[in-house]
Amino acid sequence: MDAAVESLVRVSHCRQAYHKEANTDLVVLDDVNLSLREGEIVALLGRSGSGKSTLLRIVSGLLRPTAGEVLWRGRRLDGPADGVAMVFQSFALFPWLTVQENVELGLEARGVARAERERRAEGAIDLIGLGGFESAYPKELSGGMRQRVGLARALVVHPDLLLMDEPFSALDVLTAETLRTDLIDLWSDGRLPVKSVLMVTHNIEEAVLMCDRILVFSSNPGRVASELTVPFPHPRNRLNPEFRQMVDDIYALMTRRPKPEPRALTAEPVSPMATALPSRVGTNLISGLLETLAGEPYHGRADLPALAGALQYEADELLPLAEALQMLQLAVTEEGDIQITETGRRFVEAETDERKRIFAEALRTHVPLVRMIRQVLDERWNHRASAVRFREELEDHMSPDYADDTLRTVIGWGRYAELFSYDEEAEQFSLEDIA
Amino acid sequence: MTATTLPSLAIARRLPNLWDLVAVVVVFGALIGGLHVAQGTLVPIDTPGATEVSLDPSHLPEYAVRTTLRMFAALFASLLFTFTYGTAAAKSRRLGLVLVPVLDILQSVPILGFLTFTVVFFMRLFPGNVLGLEFAAIFAIFTSQAWNMAFSLYQSLRTVPADLAEASVSFHLTAWQRFWRLEVPFAVPGLVWNTMMSMSGGWFFVVASEAVSVGDNTWKLPGIGSYVAMALEQRDIAAVLYAILAMLVVILLYDQLLFRPLVAWSARFRFETTASSTASDPWMLRLLRRTRLLALGGHTVGRTLSAVGGMRLSFGLPRSATRLSPGKSRAVDVLCLVVLALAVGWAVWRLTSFAATELTWADLGQALLLGLITLVRVAVLMVLASLIWVPIGVWLGLRPVWARRAQPVAQFLAAFPANLLFPPFVLFIVHFQLDPDIWLTPLMVLGTQWYILFNVVAGAAAFPGDLREAATNFRIGGLLWWRKVMVPGIFTYYVTGAITASGGSWNAAIVAEVASWGDTKLTAHGLGAYIAAATDKGDMPRVVLGVAVMSAFVILFNRLLWHPLYAYAQRRLTLT
Repeated sequence: MDAAVESLVRVSHCRQAYHKEANTDLVVLDDVNLSLREGEIVALLGRSGSGKSTLLRIVSGLLRPTAGEVLWRGRRLDGPADGVAMVFQSFALFPWLTVQENVELGLEARGVARAERERRAEGAIDLIGLGGFESAYPKELSGGMRQRVGLARALVVHPDLLLMDEPFSALDVLTAETLRTDLIDLWSDGRLPVKSVLMVTHNIEEAVLMCDRILVFSSNPGRVASELTVPFPHPRNRLNPEFRQMVDDIYALMTRRPKPEPRALTAEPVSPMATALPSRVGTNLISGLLETLAGEPYHGRADLPALAGALQYEADELLPLAEALQMLQLAVTEEGDIQITETGRRFVEAETDERKRIFAEALRTHVPLVRMIRQVLDERWNHRASAVRFREELEDHMSPDYADDTLRTVIGWGRYAELFSYDEEAEQFSLEDIA
Repeated sequence: MTATTLPSLAIARRLPNLWDLVAVVVVFGALIGGLHVAQGTLVPIDTPGATEVSLDPSHLPEYAVRTTLRMFAALFASLLFTFTYGTAAAKSRRLGLVLVPVLDILQSVPILGFLTFTVVFFMRLFPGNVLGLEFAAIFAIFTSQAWNMAFSLYQSLRTVPADLAEASVSFHLTAWQRFWRLEVPFAVPGLVWNTMMSMSGGWFFVVASEAVSVGDNTWKLPGIGSYVAMALEQRDIAAVLYAILAMLVVILLYDQLLFRPLVAWSARFRFETTASSTASDPWMLRLLRRTRLLALGGHTVGRTLSAVGGMRLSFGLPRSATRLSPGKSRAVDVLCLVVLALAVGWAVWRLTSFAATELTWADLGQALLLGLITLVRVAVLMVLASLIWVPIGVWLGLRPVWARRAQPVAQFLAAFPANLLFPPFVLFIVHFQLDPDIWLTPLMVLGTQWYILFNVVAGAAAFPGDLREAATNFRIGGLLWWRKVMVPGIFTYYVTGAITASGGSWNAAIVAEVASWGDTKLTAHGLGAYIAAATDKGDMPRVVLGVAVMSAFVILFNRLLWHPLYAYAQRRLTLT
């Protein structure tokens, strides 16, 4: 009882599923529990597609969960909650409104009188460092300034809870860092008119730098894999060894394979269609990472956070790549490290044609979907097969977006390996031009 | 607006300046002109001079004002229609199921064919009063303006950016606030552009709708359109030229006074994240901003409107979270479908029984055959117009200086009602004893070819410089350059222009396949002439048949040719 009174938001046994025509539901979030207290910044950290943005929208009341309960200050949430304001990844500023008008929008919606509105907007604009830009239109501003408008617009309504959906991921590194430190400074000084902050991020360092608590999500379906408390006082130092250790630990957490489903190739209980392939992992990236890994200074084994830093990648970009290498058995990841395999090394040393052969072999052995496409093509008299059929089968097991990504990745890999070709106009796989 | 302005300065700023004087003259002049016209519309139809037109050029200014007011009245009606119909189609899923296809059909129906019947309808509504004729004319103009505007609003409402929609929900905007703060502003640029197009399209109908004959009676509403009709009847070439001149002035005036400022103003609502270099403000907008009285008035109006848009009306619409599984609304869906099916069934029964009593299969065959002839005309014209205007458009578009000059000219030519240019053609054909079946054909494309030109100019102007450089670097020239470089690059633009042009040509067929100069009447074989002849005879069944067949041709033409081409261009030939 006490906990319910204390906490601002309480999400219990929340499940979000998209209904499919087949009997299977697409589960995006499964049995998620979360409670937010006053005076803390909490991060939802996870790979893209782990449902963390969905959870944020559920907390904000924009989305109603399929099952489970959301309590806002002890009362059931039904529709967008009062006292919650949101900052968007894409800023979501109205291009036809000036900075001032954008900031006033939330107040206007509440029917605040004009004079009061202007006064409060001025206050928020000055607080967030936008003074002098009141009459500018968003398109005249840089990305950093735009997100400041987004922040001011959220803060001006004095929300109890500030929700931020990857607020800094559309900004360049320097700008993002400035905004983060400005925000944390205001928070530490107690000048932010909010009681609590919940932010979604895929940037591990950002989470450790800003938050008091981190919920790490696992994907497919999204679950809270673990919860960590960040014990460091503000301002935090990224170079502090304890800080680094924590970042390392989280990397290890996020690369850990899920415990059930050991990858046994002989007995496959799951359908070949049930494995989503990472999106935007091209063969150039795969070769590039393998070459980097094999060369100086890593000699075949690298610490993932260090590698991400050296390549200027965010965890969210590096992890799918590492996962792809793992899947193809070109490298293995364990405890935050990545280690090249024997096949991976052969691949690096080979010439183009030999590389294609090695890659094709890896695909046929480790990616059931590729094996299946090729099998269908071999069996057909005209060696053609429609992609629509594979997409539909994939969609029985994953969301349409995932199915699309998976199919696109498979097409890219298969083309490189010269296992099949693909006609985009006709949406057909074929064996044309395949020796 | 800040309290730091000194009082003395504030007073000095409120003093009127020279521009105010100009503004006062303009405003009062317009008011008086409007009142004068309004008086003219309420008199009985048999009042001397109420439905007579004189060819004396001194009457032209008055006629011009009356015609322009009719057009703006129709525009106002179109806006009302747009905001109700377009909004309903976009907001209600069930209404949208019916309203969207209906709008699509309405867009392709040549309303010109129904003119006679709408006149009769409105005359009965206001028996013996000029107002009936006025309404009929305004309605005819309305039918040429409303559809594309409503479609534009509908499409904008359906494509509101998701993050802004989410932001407006999360900041608790009511449905009313959301409509005026998010959806309408997002729709403004498209709507302004379509309003401009509509205004151009309207001129074509003005000429046809101000002088109407029903059976033996012919009425002429004072206006430029009826002036032209009169001039054509009396073979007065000088009067035709005067009318053209008057129209030029009117088009120039509202273009400069209204649309230029509107377009410049609407650029603020364009949804783009980067600042693009914009051309300098048109003089009228500058005048409005600098004239203190007008600026003050505009500011007050703007604030009031903004306050209205900001009101927290909610109409009891649910603003709750999006629900993912529509469960119970199934039953209502089924009910709607049943009602719809019944309505369609009844309409089909009425139509067939009507057609069965009045028409034979031979009539349908004849209409189809004539439709094919008109189809061949349109197709040949599109090919010819493309062959002429694509190279010229590309040449102009690749030279920025020329593109800037050519663009407004082409737009102006598109706005110019081509039926005014018919007399010289008729004279030419009569003089050289040419075959009307061939030589009347170019009239169909006279007014619509410009859409091809200015879209191609825009496309060529937007062609990426690095691709051109690459083409030059690899010494790609001649036919190869056209086939592999330029044509794919401008194809999306070209298709957009060609769709408008071909649609317009079909509609123009009703007027262009029959042209007259005094007693000389030239008729070409085609569906347009068929409809025109049936209209003259007051033969309703054949008008309906002709219009229906023409609509079917237009829709098939769009669905089978233009839509697939457009989809292909969007998919494969869009430079991103």
